[in-house]
Amino acid sequence: MSFVLVQVIVGGLLLGAVYALFSSGLTLVWGMMNIVNFAHGDFVMLGMYVAYVVYTLMGGGPIVGAPLAVLVLATLGVVVYFGLIRDIMKGPMLAQILGTFGLALLLRYSVFWWFGADFKSLPQNIVGGTYAVAGLRLEASRLLAGIVAMLVTLGLHLLLTRTSLGSKMLAVAEDATAAQLMGIRPDTMQAIAWAIAAGATGLAGALIANFFYIVPTVGETLGIVAFVTVSLGGFGSVPGALVAGLLIGVIESLSGFLIGAVYKDIVVYILFLFFLWFRPQGLMGKM
Amino acid sequence: MALKLATRLLCAAVLSVVLAGGAQAEDKVVKIGVILPMSGSTASIGAHAKAALEVATDIINNAHPELDKLPLANNAGLAGLGGAKVELVIADNQGSPATGQNQALRLITEEKVVAILGAYQSGITLTSSAIAEKYGIPYLTPESVAANLTERGFKWFFRTTPIAPDFVRIYDEFLSDMKAAGAKTDTIALVHDNTEYGTSVANTITAGFKAKGRTGVIDVAYAVNATDVQAQVLQLKEKRPDVVLMISYTSDAILFAKTMQSLDYKPPMLLADDAGYSDPSFIKAVGKLSQGVFNRSSFAVGPAGSPSAVIADMYKKKSGEEMEDTVGREMQGFFVLVDAIDRAGSTDPAKIQAALKATDLKPEQLIMGYKGVKFDEKGQNVLASAYIIQLQDGENYVSVWPKGNAEKAPLMPYKGW
Repeated sequence: MSFVLVQVIVGGLLLGAVYALFSSGLTLVWGMMNIVNFAHGDFVMLGMYVAYVVYTLMGGGPIVGAPLAVLVLATLGVVVYFGLIRDIMKGPMLAQILGTFGLALLLRYSVFWWFGADFKSLPQNIVGGTYAVAGLRLEASRLLAGIVAMLVTLGLHLLLTRTSLGSKMLAVAEDATAAQLMGIRPDTMQAIAWAIAAGATGLAGALIANFFYIVPTVGETLGIVAFVTVSLGGFGSVPGALVAGLLIGVIESLSGFLIGAVYKDIVVYILFLFFLWFRPQGLMGKM
Repeated sequence: MALKLATRLLCAAVLSVVLAGGAQAEDKVVKIGVILPMSGSTASIGAHAKAALEVATDIINNAHPELDKLPLANNAGLAGLGGAKVELVIADNQGSPATGQNQALRLITEEKVVAILGAYQSGITLTSSAIAEKYGIPYLTPESVAANLTERGFKWFFRTTPIAPDFVRIYDEFLSDMKAAGAKTDTIALVHDNTEYGTSVANTITAGFKAKGRTGVIDVAYAVNATDVQAQVLQLKEKRPDVVLMISYTSDAILFAKTMQSLDYKPPMLLADDAGYSDPSFIKAVGKLSQGVFNRSSFAVGPAGSPSAVIADMYKKKSGEEMEDTVGREMQGFFVLVDAIDRAGSTDPAKIQAALKATDLKPEQLIMGYKGVKFDEKGQNVLASAYIIQLQDGENYVSVWPKGNAEKAPLMPYKGW
């Protein structure tokens, strides 16, 4: 196997871990309350802008930027839940779709208005540079994003399956009325889910900002990837999103290298449709 | 209650009549419609172009004797129309061909513009100019390069910018000169996106190079707005072309620069086909990682006191940005259009069309490095041309080719970061 091919696969895995990170929030919100959040990619975009503002105003790197992005986005998540989601959940499916879609446009064009349409970028050296390991080139910023992504995704999974908070959230997801009779407040649990989900996207945005460009419309590009990852992994499944993210990253890189970059999306989507044909609930989703 | 409302409405009506009357009594105004991407993913270009056109409007509407070589600059307003002032009516194309078409219709039927300038993206110029053709209103595109725009047999369509066949000639001559100076130019990788711009330019260059005996052309295509370009960079790294020619919009150009650094890939020569590489936000974001990149441009600041230097200064004061090729072409197209209206001495579309057809501007009357402006029967400027510029220090482009126009000698090989 050629050396370049190993580099391609490693690059794909790191990319995939990041896909997993920004998809975990989307899958969590779906699993909890059957809401498809069309503003998801724009939450990631906001995380990127928080990192950018931290860098330009305070000269801070990801150690300041990432936690702040989590905090800002988690707060926004709670505000969005009480201000919008709680009400539109009572409406028809169309209200939910248009509600979050409207939110996406509001966020996107607010950032447009405030920061302008110019492309921004964090300096390359803000996270470590590049390591050469046995001829492989590993970018520190991607490595950091990949490792944090895996840890956070696993952490989210453990939170849901091993803690009492997780059990309460799952109980609300299963049957909100029954959970309420057991003394659990669905409102609180769902607000917490939004805080966690939005916080995760904020973290993803702040980490991606270290190696990606920043522009108000970047959420469009990233949002599509998140949807594919979540549906391949199985709506509602956090470990599913992790596996799916890694898979998509590797398939994208390999097909881009071996067949041709223009065709990589075609390869990913053909495999994706083919897979869903046999397993419509996704890798780890429930029917 | 109803009475109160009726009184208010009446007052409003009277007020509007008075205001409208006042407006009529003002100086004569020539309205020109401009269609640009003011929102959507190329909105940064729209914002810069708007600032450039406002500078151009100032030059036309007020006396600027320091720019006396340019037509229209010396006196205030349009002499041919009794000193009438020019007014811009800017419409947002939102990056969508359908919106561009609607805006053209609105500009013509409601705003009553005498001519239209637009629309940056070739796909939108295609749809909006069809409306102008139908209504018999002159339409000039200063910057859209897709070849088919001037192949439609339109009577009201004009284009001032150089297009793909011109690029082939410029790149071929530049590469030959570089080869004579000792650079290797045998294999050339064309890296391009899959939009109308990327594919049409890449196809024309491939065919043109082949006709000129350049056979070592490698095609590396990718999907526009990529999330990741590691695979393409690794492909280039493996194939080791002598020259990498980039045909990319801003977002992809930034991603390529970052990825090339992280994978430690430097081609011996990196040559860019304008577009994203001319966007000031590209230089701000990754200029320091792209030191030594060559770029095609029809704009060079030139010596102090020259029209291009004076205008670059005015543009910087207005927008805070350095003047670059895209906004320069935008301004130049606007000057050509308004010059024709001035010479027509009338706002009658047919007279403006005739004046455009008779356009014959000399290089010293322009702010761009064209050899002049003269339209063929398809409406294409046959004297359009370009320079090669280089981002030597990662902060500002300097003109390096052709020799007669060079501020500095080209630096080789590509330095990167």
